[in-house]
Amino acid sequence: MTTPAEYYQRDPGRHPPALSPRYKTSVTRSPRFALISLEQRVSEITGPTFGHGDLGALDHDLIKNYAQDGDPIGERIILHGRVLDENARPVPNTLVELWQANAGGRYRHRKDTYFAPIDPNFGGCGRTLTDENGYYFFRTVKPGAYPWRNDINSWRPAHIHLSIFGSAFCQRLITQLYFEGDPLIPRCPIAQSIPDPDAIEQLTARLDMVATVPLDSIAYRFDIVLRGRRSTLFENRLEGN
Amino acid sequence: MDDLGYLKETPSQTAGPYVHIGLAPRAAGFDIFDQELGQDIAGPNAKGERIRIEGLVIDGTGSPIKDVLIEAWQANADGVYAHPESPGTVEDGFRGWGRVITDFDSGEWGFDTVKPGPTPGRNGSVQAPHISLWLVARGINLGLHTRLYFDDEASANATDPVITLIEWERRRQTLIATRSERDGLPVYRFDIRIQGDDETVFFDI
Repeated sequence: MTTPAEYYQRDPGRHPPALSPRYKTSVTRSPRFALISLEQRVSEITGPTFGHGDLGALDHDLIKNYAQDGDPIGERIILHGRVLDENARPVPNTLVELWQANAGGRYRHRKDTYFAPIDPNFGGCGRTLTDENGYYFFRTVKPGAYPWRNDINSWRPAHIHLSIFGSAFCQRLITQLYFEGDPLIPRCPIAQSIPDPDAIEQLTARLDMVATVPLDSIAYRFDIVLRGRRSTLFENRLEGN
Repeated sequence: MDDLGYLKETPSQTAGPYVHIGLAPRAAGFDIFDQELGQDIAGPNAKGERIRIEGLVIDGTGSPIKDVLIEAWQANADGVYAHPESPGTVEDGFRGWGRVITDFDSGEWGFDTVKPGPTPGRNGSVQAPHISLWLVARGINLGLHTRLYFDDEASANATDPVITLIEWERRRQTLIATRSERDGLPVYRFDIRIQGDDETVFFDI
């Protein structure tokens, strides 16, 4: 019996530390003990799989998937890119889910009390599967910045939340993408919880004039990288190159 | 890309307070998808004992956290995962994956599933029955991985290669759910303490 190869260890320096005191909520929601690092077993190198039967035809189109009597108000954008692993191999047929505020920075959520109005034609969530080349795309409106109770004058940069599965539970990732040039990014305690400026740059979607649809929608490109895995198998041990 | 040609993993960010919009929109207050994913872990055809898991997620002040999203990943009663790289097959409709959210008022969460069987460990060892859990929420910058084991599997737990890796024996108990019965159904209680006294063990997997 061959056993599948394991995934590269996660680089903790790439991610925000659990305790990031400028992001105040993290203070009581961060473990005080160190994480215990595991060699991977079948529980970690497997994960849920999804198919087109799980999704509806408009799930990736936030312009249309909650439209009641017209299109949502806002800057029409195409968000697209590839899901790759650290070996630069595409991750095909993986579920990408996304959620966001509307153009005014208001979420369609019973707990959001910000006084910018709800858009009756905008839900703010979508999902899709990558194709065989790891490619995905969504259509949506660009979200607005919004205030939040951290410091009294804290504002989140425009952002879209993303959830990606990969092929293994150890690749599971939730992140946020920001938009190129937003002056709120360097002022945001959540974005700046990432210590490495290059890593913050990796969360910034790029204006993509090539993929922009003339007279219709402007495009942003955002590639996602999940953990890679070894390729060589040795006997029945979880090892590789 | 680094100078050896590897890409770097995309950095994590918190799921924030409105994670429900994307991953559990009915809880956010609207209906948009034909089916929300992760509502049924085991499916109707799964073999094995039907069980319920319940608990709270508790912060460093001892307060329940009321905006957590938890995902579960488990094998079936035979110890097979619903994944092409797990040897064996699972019952039709068995996904082994689910997601639940904490109640906005009480913070309680729970899910119905079947009790998983033992699974293969490394180098011929056997893992005690367990469910992998992954938590995201506002204030949590990188999703937290932990494992739920069962208190009526004491002999399997005693030789489990992950439990026994934890050198602080007192911390091992934080991974053990406690069994009781309600209306004839086995219920396992599993409170997760993010910080402080009896802090749950979290893993870097």
